[in-house]
Amino acid sequence: MIGGLFIYNHKGEVLISRVYRDDIGRNAVDAFRVNVIHARQQVRSPVTNIARTSFFHVKRSNIWLAAVTKQNVNAAMVFEFLYKMCDVMTAYFGKISEENIKNNFVLIYELLDEILDFGYPQNSETGALKTFITQQGIKSQHHTKEEQSQITSQVTGQIGWRREGIKYRRNELFLDVLESVNLLMSPQGQVLSAHVSGRVVMKSYLSGMPECKFGMNDKIVIDKQGKGGTTDEAGKSELGGSSGKQSIAIDDCTFHQCVRLSKFDSERSISFIPPDGEYELMRYRTTKDIILPFRVIPLVREVGRTKLEVKVVIKSNFKPSLLAQKIEVRIPTPLNTSGVQVICMKGKAKYKASENAIVWKIKRMAGMKESQISAEIELLPTNDKKKWARPPISMNFEVPFAPSGLKVRYLKVFEPKLNYSDHDVIKWVRYIGRSGIYETRC
Amino acid sequence: MTDSKYFTTTKKGEIFELKAELNSDKKEKKKEAVKKVIASMTVGKDVSALFPDVVNCMQTDNLELKKLVYLYLMNYAKSQPDMAIMAVNTFVKDCEDPNPLIRALAVRTMGCIRVDKITEYLCEPLRKCLKDEDPYVRKTAAVCVAKLHDINAQLVEDQGFLDTLKDLISDSNPMVVANAVAALSEIAESHPNSNLLDLNPQTINKLLTALNECTEWGQIFILDCLANYTPRDDRESQSICERVTPRLSHANSAVVLSAVKVLMKFMEMLPKDLDYYGTLLKKLAPPLVTLLSAEPELQYVALRNINLIVQKRPEILKHEMKVFFVKYNDPIYVKLEKLDIMIRLASQANIAQVLAELKEYATEVDVDFVRKAVRAIGRCAIKVEQSAERCVSTLLDLIQTKVNYVVQEAIVVIKDIFRKYPNKYESVIATLCENLDSLDEPEARAAMIWIVGEYAERIDNADELLESFLEGFHDESTQVQLQLLTAIVKLFLKKPTETQELVQQVLSLATQDSDNPDLRDRGYIYWRLLSTDPVAAKEVVLAEKPLISEETDLIEPTLLDELICHIGTLASVYHKPPSAFVEGGRGVQHKRLPARAGSGESAESPDVGQAVSAVSDAPPAVIPSQGDLLGDLLNLDLAPPTSNVPPVPSSMQMGAMDLLGGGLDSLMGDESETSASHYRTEVQSPQPPECSERELGGDVGGSPAMGVSLGGAPVGMPAGLGAAPAVGGGLGDLFDLGGGVGVTAGSYIPPKTVWLPAMKAKGLEISGTFARRSGVIHMDLSFTNKAMSVMTDFAIQFNKNSFGLAPAGPLQVLTPLSPNQTVDVSLPLSTTGPVMKMEPLNNLQVAVKNNIDVFYFSCQYPISLLFVEDGKMDRQVFLATWKDIPSENEAQFQIKDCHLNSDAASNKLQGSNIFTVAKRTVDTQDMLYQSVKLTNGIWMLAELRIQTGNPNSTDLEVGVIFLSGLNSNLPSSRRRTSWHALLSAPHHLSLTTQSVF
Repeated sequence: MIGGLFIYNHKGEVLISRVYRDDIGRNAVDAFRVNVIHARQQVRSPVTNIARTSFFHVKRSNIWLAAVTKQNVNAAMVFEFLYKMCDVMTAYFGKISEENIKNNFVLIYELLDEILDFGYPQNSETGALKTFITQQGIKSQHHTKEEQSQITSQVTGQIGWRREGIKYRRNELFLDVLESVNLLMSPQGQVLSAHVSGRVVMKSYLSGMPECKFGMNDKIVIDKQGKGGTTDEAGKSELGGSSGKQSIAIDDCTFHQCVRLSKFDSERSISFIPPDGEYELMRYRTTKDIILPFRVIPLVREVGRTKLEVKVVIKSNFKPSLLAQKIEVRIPTPLNTSGVQVICMKGKAKYKASENAIVWKIKRMAGMKESQISAEIELLPTNDKKKWARPPISMNFEVPFAPSGLKVRYLKVFEPKLNYSDHDVIKWVRYIGRSGIYETRC
Repeated sequence: MTDSKYFTTTKKGEIFELKAELNSDKKEKKKEAVKKVIASMTVGKDVSALFPDVVNCMQTDNLELKKLVYLYLMNYAKSQPDMAIMAVNTFVKDCEDPNPLIRALAVRTMGCIRVDKITEYLCEPLRKCLKDEDPYVRKTAAVCVAKLHDINAQLVEDQGFLDTLKDLISDSNPMVVANAVAALSEIAESHPNSNLLDLNPQTINKLLTALNECTEWGQIFILDCLANYTPRDDRESQSICERVTPRLSHANSAVVLSAVKVLMKFMEMLPKDLDYYGTLLKKLAPPLVTLLSAEPELQYVALRNINLIVQKRPEILKHEMKVFFVKYNDPIYVKLEKLDIMIRLASQANIAQVLAELKEYATEVDVDFVRKAVRAIGRCAIKVEQSAERCVSTLLDLIQTKVNYVVQEAIVVIKDIFRKYPNKYESVIATLCENLDSLDEPEARAAMIWIVGEYAERIDNADELLESFLEGFHDESTQVQLQLLTAIVKLFLKKPTETQELVQQVLSLATQDSDNPDLRDRGYIYWRLLSTDPVAAKEVVLAEKPLISEETDLIEPTLLDELICHIGTLASVYHKPPSAFVEGGRGVQHKRLPARAGSGESAESPDVGQAVSAVSDAPPAVIPSQGDLLGDLLNLDLAPPTSNVPPVPSSMQMGAMDLLGGGLDSLMGDESETSASHYRTEVQSPQPPECSERELGGDVGGSPAMGVSLGGAPVGMPAGLGAAPAVGGGLGDLFDLGGGVGVTAGSYIPPKTVWLPAMKAKGLEISGTFARRSGVIHMDLSFTNKAMSVMTDFAIQFNKNSFGLAPAGPLQVLTPLSPNQTVDVSLPLSTTGPVMKMEPLNNLQVAVKNNIDVFYFSCQYPISLLFVEDGKMDRQVFLATWKDIPSENEAQFQIKDCHLNSDAASNKLQGSNIFTVAKRTVDTQDMLYQSVKLTNGIWMLAELRIQTGNPNSTDLEVGVIFLSGLNSNLPSSRRRTSWHALLSAPHHLSLTTQSVF
């Protein structure tokens, strides 16, 4: 299990050090600093073994978080825990920075005492933690006996992510379908790989302990219902229009721990009692029938040894009524570039010497349109034998639909104990498609 | 209010000021002071002097302050044990507090105070908390039992906490169950045989129920624990799998990986024709792919695991090649791992895509990555025959880029391609030769030299090329030197007329001017071969080489199976068994995959066939890594070493072996100098033989390694040996020169164990043990034919190992071996084979061939096997050396319950070649000073202390000291086990199997 946890600033000074196991000595703190933070060569693995001690590290801005152990621990768990710890800290005091950590070191120690016991991670849901670890230590004394046992039963209970007795005057929920579409395309326009990784983020402001059921146009469910024919939910999409594709094939999905996995496994229905506030309900991945919002067509010509001609065309490929935003095309230039001249039809383009790239920005672009940029790149003659590696042209954008074709069909809320029904809940759905790693080789 | 100010108080007299503040009456001021203390503690300042003052603040109703004081206590209690007692009362009181949070806090902190005196006071409060009405307190108390066990295991057992902990597995609260499971699993690791967890279908059912309800972390504890269970049959295995599969959709990657571990393990038991088996395989792929969209650190862990899974069950991910394509922004550690998996998944179906990708990668910036990509192209060529041509042309393109490291890497892999497809791509040699000058890395130089030597007849200026390397012969690395030697000999055999001078030059460089014994020995062998029988030399040196086979860099199957049982853990990230990086005995038992139920024995059954074919289709480590390109010299095939050894009765053969191996070098020691020079004059011109057989033997004796590798031909019985008095009978005496004390007990021989079960070897079962008899190491093997057909043509070979063990003669199996027949064979071993450090050190990988197939297994030999008979050190030398040994080479341990007095122990140890140099008695203690010498010349010195007072339960204390060389690589547990095995056997055979220390 985890033997100790250290947090360092970028200089390698210790900000937090908590040792859980006797086999981890004080020298471990220095070993990590010397061998990883101050290492002459950048460390090439997130797991480092120094003198039979294993160090796991993650970096958040310029803060290093390291977990130390001498045993054969579950490595995936250690990283998951480190991420979780970052989440918890962010939820308590915002950005993870040296200043924030120093300002909250007492709180961090208190948290570390709670969420890690003898190196075993314990309940680390911020919703639960915030009920009894507060920045005003005194407050916890004023809990009544009932409150105390409520806290403990929540922390250890089956629904550790939600506390009882939440009340809202207006029951409201927001669903965001956030997708990032990833593409790797050959210069000839062949799709080498493409996938969408999506997330359904929910903000719930619901009273009591509501039982929720979420439905989307999952191919397996739709097909099943098609066969059955008489189910009450079929065809009735409450939220979101039923335009475009009927159903999508989901390669794989994972759920927040509130979702009953065994029920999903047997019936493929997504039912849960949601945490209060914002959380990520599910993640999914699709690879079939992806709508690629943009196509990039590069043309690079080398004119002699000191000149390069680049022409890039982008085509938008979605309904003309929709608008893509924040479009940015990044065309890499060789290291020995001395000057660049650009002409573009739309938007603004600039050569950024420090980034070795031409950055072309377009604020908005409607569907089924096309735009073009051409550039002449002057090169300094070099005697470097190695050819320029030609990194791929990458693209960023945001579109108001889900490139995977996912549609939310319903989200039903039941709270039998309180007197509000599914119809009283105000529901909002939003689709945002963003570029992930969207690259075209040239 | 910010706390960062506490970090900035660094003025002098700080401790004094803090002391005053801590004793202040004002609560706020006290709290401020404690915060300052904690801040100083964090940055590494010693504030232990404030211990009494801080502990005084403990009695407070301010929870935040209390927590801070506890934090301080945990840090410093150990350094101030006496004062820590002051805290006990507060703990006991807090454990009675009405607030469950405070009760839990107390019990949690208590366990972290590692002071012996205190622990006993804590038992009562802990007992109460384990039965507390509040689940939060119970779950904290469960972990506390593990803490206490870590401090004082005996106490935990005596107090009956283990039983209480077991009861908690049936607790109504899932988190209590999860923590109890975690605690029990940890405790069970230090008691490998205790059956503490007592997993049975009922408890498994409880765990599976809790699995659905507890936190993500709890699910991990439970899944990791489930993975240790072995279901009774395939039906139980299936039902557990069914209940575990939903976890594959969990957002937490660790939950997913632990579930994969359980499934991969239990899948072993499912019959392959079962529908469910296929379904399960299909279900595994998507979650594994999803792991690749996690954060990079987790991706790395996932990729390392996928690497194992792909080797174990390639069918799971065979269609998922694309997801392993490298992204431009991936961190380098992710890139390298993806590349590895891409090659493993490469097949005829996807090779075009893979090659296009690899070519792309070869132009990237990161040098390591580019190198690996180039190497990968070569591996593809070897793996997918249809792609070989395209790979070669891609490599040629890359060579044209003239980027130095790309060229070198390409040449190394082209050499392998030549090995796989001889006489097919020689047209590229010209291009390769153009780049000769730019090669500066030994591996690339060696590869190039190999190519030139191998194809010398087609390269017009081969002699010039090789000569150019010869100029700086002594500056080259050994690898290049050896390769150059072989290549020039090949060249000479192919074009004898014009290269005579060259070959003489290299032979004299290798034999006279080199300090490297390997180089010298090889030089002499060639020299001898060339001078005695050039025809034979041609047959040996230019023999057709076996093709290298497709799959490369595979993890050895038994290790792979063990690692599959460790999916998700550090072991799977390092690709090493836990024993390789975990200190002490904790958690290092070897885990095994369960055997498949049902269709067992018959070798033809498809499932077993699959398991075996994974092995036999792809002999591991085929592309020789650095340095052993030269493996092809004589011995790459599996045939018995050389056939010129006449079939002598085994005892006789043994004797001859001894003489050449051990005795001769001392006898011939003085002569070797002269014989070497004798050589020189004689072989000046490698003409037909002039030297007699007799001289040959003598020369060979000069270097013992050669003696054995030539097969110990009795014809070589040198004249010098005739003078030794003891040729005929007691050869053993030769070795017992120094020992005044007679040998009273034989060395300890472990009982035979099954090394290769029949299921894995198409009906051949091999069991065996090791023994040292009259100075010769023997591998005693029993072959049992459990198949239906007759087995013939047995042969054996060892992989390189830590002490260079190698068969000293061919395997003599009474053939044919008919069904149900068992035959016992004793195979004498030499220690002059190639050496490579193994993990564990005494691991031996063996390949056995018969008419049916080649089988691989590994076994471990007792270290005592390697203790040689002349290990008695002179008293004076002993005294002098003892003092000079650095303390880091020292190890101490106790052997309990050993019913031996000092004389008996001394005799027993002598039986295993551990010699008593001196004995001393102080008070009631006998001290034995002992020495041991290993076959590779390393000495170990030991001091053995024996209580004479109570002969019935004598505890032995052993201090061992190691000298020189390898010693630091020897894991301490290994040393202890071997000592212990020697001392306690045969009385305590059972103990030898567990590492008691």
